[in-house]
Amino acid sequence: MISQSSTVQNNPSEAIVLQKSNATSSQLPFLSLENVVKQYGSYTVLQNINLTVQQGEFICLIGHSGCGKSTLLNMVSGFQQPTAGSVLLEGRPIQGPGPDRMVVFQNYALLPWRTVFDNVYLAVNAVYPHKPLKEKRAIVRDHLALVGLSDAADKKPPQISGGMKQRVSIARALAIRPQVLILDEPFGALDAITKEELQEELLTIWNEHRCTVLMITHDIDEALFLADRLVMMTNGPAATIGEIMQIPFERPRDRVQIMEDPKYYQLRNYALEFLYDRFAHDDVA
Amino acid sequence: MTTSIKSRSSTAAPNFLIQFWQKQAPNILPPAIGILSFLVIWQLISMSGLSRIPGPLSLWTDDRTRTLLLYPFYDRGGLDKGLFWQTLASLIRVAQGYSLAAFVGISVGVIVGTNPLINKALDPIFQFLRMVAPLAWVPIALVALQQNQPAAIFVIFITSVWPILINTAEGVRQIPDDYNNVAKVLQLSRKEYYLNILFPSALPYIFTGLRIAIGLAWLAIIAAEIVMSGIVGIGFFIWDAYQQNYISEILLAVIYIGAVGLLLDRAIAYLQHLIVPAEQK
Repeated sequence: MISQSSTVQNNPSEAIVLQKSNATSSQLPFLSLENVVKQYGSYTVLQNINLTVQQGEFICLIGHSGCGKSTLLNMVSGFQQPTAGSVLLEGRPIQGPGPDRMVVFQNYALLPWRTVFDNVYLAVNAVYPHKPLKEKRAIVRDHLALVGLSDAADKKPPQISGGMKQRVSIARALAIRPQVLILDEPFGALDAITKEELQEELLTIWNEHRCTVLMITHDIDEALFLADRLVMMTNGPAATIGEIMQIPFERPRDRVQIMEDPKYYQLRNYALEFLYDRFAHDDVA
Repeated sequence: MTTSIKSRSSTAAPNFLIQFWQKQAPNILPPAIGILSFLVIWQLISMSGLSRIPGPLSLWTDDRTRTLLLYPFYDRGGLDKGLFWQTLASLIRVAQGYSLAAFVGISVGVIVGTNPLINKALDPIFQFLRMVAPLAWVPIALVALQQNQPAAIFVIFITSVWPILINTAEGVRQIPDDYNNVAKVLQLSRKEYYLNILFPSALPYIFTGLRIAIGLAWLAIIAAEIVMSGIVGIGFFIWDAYQQNYISEILLAVIYIGAVGLLLDRAIAYLQHLIVPAEQK
């Protein structure tokens, strides 16, 4: 990403580049949601969703629980269809789930009766059934190494920690080279240290592979560290995208460095203010 | 000093036995006392003349029964065979009927579990048929199949298929959404889905069904054979002994039946232990 630091020197209001929608680019957008509405019966979950994502962008979504973040991502992964409007990937409407939009599920969704290796292999074999066995096994090994799990390859998921399970889940997702990687609160259940480790790993891997990432989070610091843009949702029912915050820190990012940047706190306070003042929620502790 | 070492080494074996006894006594003693009291009370009741049932000692004191007890492998042709052969004949029928029930029950269970519409259509029939007692199937089976042997196997099948079918269907319905979502996003082929997700996930349920079914199958064969006269089998053996008033032979056969039923149940439990991954239990 090109740093936008030149535009955000001193003026806090300029520090935050806000857009209702950034569908201004003339080229065909990679992923676009246009006037998306999602209803369950007469209950409107989401409405007026407009979002355009460029290839290779890292997008975080934040919002209070029940605002339809997961529903939004489910329409990209294809598990749900919009009631109105369209979700287009490279100009084509998304019909259903597929390995080009791989999901890292909230509770890992690893098969407990298969080893770590076999869990990843199942995905590789399903997506590349015709590759030679050797090559498929090599892909699995490479990706387990990528997330630092070579030693745990023969363990079964119940024998490993939550952080390791999430690593397997990420390795499984990356091993099939998805165009879009969808993560639904991937680090929510992890302790703070493991969480930071995994964030750094995810960022390193993303720097190398540059797939498009859509990630739900509840953690503003996580979003500021990881994302190019932070999509902030208003409260449900009938939630929509409130604001989109541009996160201008240069990549590769260093956690300590960006936290020393005065912009960091401007952005952080802005997001906090959005979530806790303008769209405060009853269940906020 | 030396003496103490000597005495310790010389009593090593008894020591071990004593330790074993001390450890296991709470597990062995109560059931042993229970069984013994049961046998003693039974013997006393039959000796007192309150009941015509002979006491447990008659297994030994009655000549015919003692022969059966001591020579389970004799075979004088026709129906006159030792209890081992009688039991084996019944077991073979159970094996045939039960295998068929397992095959049909699991296959239909998977179909029913994966198709809510078929489930809705057929569930009332299953729930109704499974309440029909094994004995009630015997005349139907005899009319439908004309011969004793296939009729007996059919009775086993129809008695034991329901718990397998219903549990398999439930197991398939209970597959966590997460696993199904993984299958969807990876677009797993049907074969891959069945092999890697459906069967492993439903396995604990399938085995619950199989274990209930083996007990039912064994109960059913005894009942079926009693009604189908003139075949080698422990069920008809009991009926024959009753007709000829050899009551202590019935007691011996009942002991065989109980022991075999227990073994069958244990065998399936052991199989379950081997096959179902520990983390799913």
